[in-house]
Amino acid sequence: MTAAVPAPLPKSKILNPQSAALHIQDLTVAYHSKPVLWDVDLSIPEAKLVGIVGPNGAGKSTLIKACLNLLPKTSGAVQVFGKSYEEQRSMIGYVPQRESVDWDFPVSALEVVAMGLYGKIGWFRSVKSRHKKLAKEALDRVGIADLADRQISQLSGGQQQRVFLARALAQDTRVYFMDEPFAAVDAATERAIIELLKEFKSLGKTCFVVHHDLATVSQYFDWTVLLNMRIVKSGPTEEVFTRENLSKTYGGKLTILEEASNALRITH
Amino acid sequence: MLLKVLFVSFPFFLQPILGSASDHLGTSFIHFNFKDFLEVISLANYNTRLVILSTSILGIASGSIGSFLLLRKRSLIGDAISHACLPGIGIAFLIMTALGNTGKFLPGLLLGASISGFVGVLVVMAIRNTTKLKDDAAMGIVLSIFFGLGVALLRIITEIPGASAAGLESFIYGKTASIVLYDFWLISLVAILVTVASFILLKEWTLLCFDSGYAATQGWPVYALDLSLLVGITLVTVIGLQSVGLILIIAFLIIPPSAARFWTENLKKMLIISSVLGGLSGWVGATMSALFQNLPAGAVIVLVATTIFIFSMLFGTSRGLLIRFIKHTKLNRKIGRDHLMHSSYEVLEEMAMHENRMINNQKIKRSRLLQRRSWMDTELKSLIHTSKKNGLIERYTDEYILLGEAGFAEAARTTRNHRLWEMYLIEYAEVAPTNVDRGADLVEHVLGADIVRMLESKMKTSPYMYIPNPHSESEGLS
Repeated sequence: MTAAVPAPLPKSKILNPQSAALHIQDLTVAYHSKPVLWDVDLSIPEAKLVGIVGPNGAGKSTLIKACLNLLPKTSGAVQVFGKSYEEQRSMIGYVPQRESVDWDFPVSALEVVAMGLYGKIGWFRSVKSRHKKLAKEALDRVGIADLADRQISQLSGGQQQRVFLARALAQDTRVYFMDEPFAAVDAATERAIIELLKEFKSLGKTCFVVHHDLATVSQYFDWTVLLNMRIVKSGPTEEVFTRENLSKTYGGKLTILEEASNALRITH
Repeated sequence: MLLKVLFVSFPFFLQPILGSASDHLGTSFIHFNFKDFLEVISLANYNTRLVILSTSILGIASGSIGSFLLLRKRSLIGDAISHACLPGIGIAFLIMTALGNTGKFLPGLLLGASISGFVGVLVVMAIRNTTKLKDDAAMGIVLSIFFGLGVALLRIITEIPGASAAGLESFIYGKTASIVLYDFWLISLVAILVTVASFILLKEWTLLCFDSGYAATQGWPVYALDLSLLVGITLVTVIGLQSVGLILIIAFLIIPPSAARFWTENLKKMLIISSVLGGLSGWVGATMSALFQNLPAGAVIVLVATTIFIFSMLFGTSRGLLIRFIKHTKLNRKIGRDHLMHSSYEVLEEMAMHENRMINNQKIKRSRLLQRRSWMDTELKSLIHTSKKNGLIERYTDEYILLGEAGFAEAARTTRNHRLWEMYLIEYAEVAPTNVDRGADLVEHVLGADIVRMLESKMKTSPYMYIPNPHSESEGLS
């Protein structure tokens, strides 16, 4: 068990949409007439590390992409701190899946991190030395400042993931959506990420993290969303992350269930 | 450095080549003499000057904006655009003729080409966004339909009595000789505009090409940025129609940036190199086509660009084949040396364990080293020889080697690193850091001191004795 158990929440999980960091109502998303998310309702308070957990194809990435307006919503509304995404965009950061970009691109680690500042730099202006300094600091915080000038294809998978996190860090937003930041990273990177997440939390930031490793859910996240095309359960991890709920989420997928029960044995 | 040499000396390379070509071919096919050559090279002739300058400036523009097209992984949309220009030329001609003009007013024709080229882009995007068809199919469809339409239109136009449509088909293959001063200004203006845009929008287009989803979350208008890039491509295509022709303009957009990529890992440098290579292709290509009147400029320009591309592919200082071969050879040699050190240490370790004493530096039998790995005898010999030169091996005979002091330390270090990595892979089997030089990189640096400490305790290290082997202890004894 982690030491930092969150303060008990009111039993009624319906938060006031104004105070909720993320409030989703009736969200349905479909790809080419095939629904991927069905009637999702969510309300998540501020300053939480939120794990979004579910089997492959459950719509985890779709959920955060729909929140970020990267995918068209078939129906429903998403609010961040009581306002629409467009209004709140400047306070929302995004860490895409590592595989979503071409790492052979002719830029250095530092240049990628500086992209986090492009929004602040604005149209037509170039990246100045003070921006580079900020980017370097962000790289330092994820422990790879010495790799700043390396071309990004020369970084290991974990280091690439840290570059993405540094970019989000440099952007310095109040809410973060992260798509599988822990996927295929080495142990040192995993620790660097989790330390960063904890720091974010202590600063009152809210992070939504798509996560696939059931064994670490209760260790990393104080709020868990169990997802399988619809919301199976959402709430404080110690209430939600139970064998029963997991079997509802993962259905008959036995191997995963086994993994889940192992995870429960380890963490409870 | 190489690049500099190339730039400075390229025209001079040509001189002897051209000279000998004229000797062999005589005057039957190519009208060539040294006076003409000087006249072309020195840009003394007014017409030649216009042609060479406008194709060079076109090359600069296509080289710069083409870099983004390449990085956006949309190279072939340039081809779709250029083919989609053809019906616009036909339609513009018809409209202008109907209005009582000559119909061959160049800006009018190019405007028509731009509009239909841009419509082609929109149709590609519409097909992609509304159907499940992928980019390549969408581009193939647009390319062939518009080109077919254009060819049919031009055919119809030539049948119209009274309309002097001769020369319209030169847009397909290009005809540099037709460039006049007015065209030159038009081409230069548009080319400069596009080049400047590539540098002004460097940051925005870079973000678009690298990570468009992320760009959208920062509030950048991704769709508009994409369109602006494609408008730039359309403009370059249109001003290139006259000289290079619509079939080959794509080469001007793709080859210079592809060649530039071999020289650098930095986008801004790539942009500059690509512009320079594009300009150079245009310059040399137009010059050659002016020297050999029978050669079509578009084709010559592409051939020159291709030569530059092949040169870059071989000798590019960043990704060229030669530099990669050298790096690979170096790596192989280093791995070989690591294996030698590692194996030597393991042999010393076995000897120490066998005699139940602490490990120390002793003579190692070559036969024992040979057993440990699938080394060819000659391979081992050359490894030993280079290690002697590097001071790792103090002396060797046909039967023994003796590590030097530095060599013994290096052997211990290499072995420790290898074993820590092996232990790490066993403990954290699912993922290992890629691109790590397992022999030499400090394990601590990659994994962090905590993990290394933990791994070491797992290996039950007794540093005075030997470095335990993670596989099993008996293995070391056998």
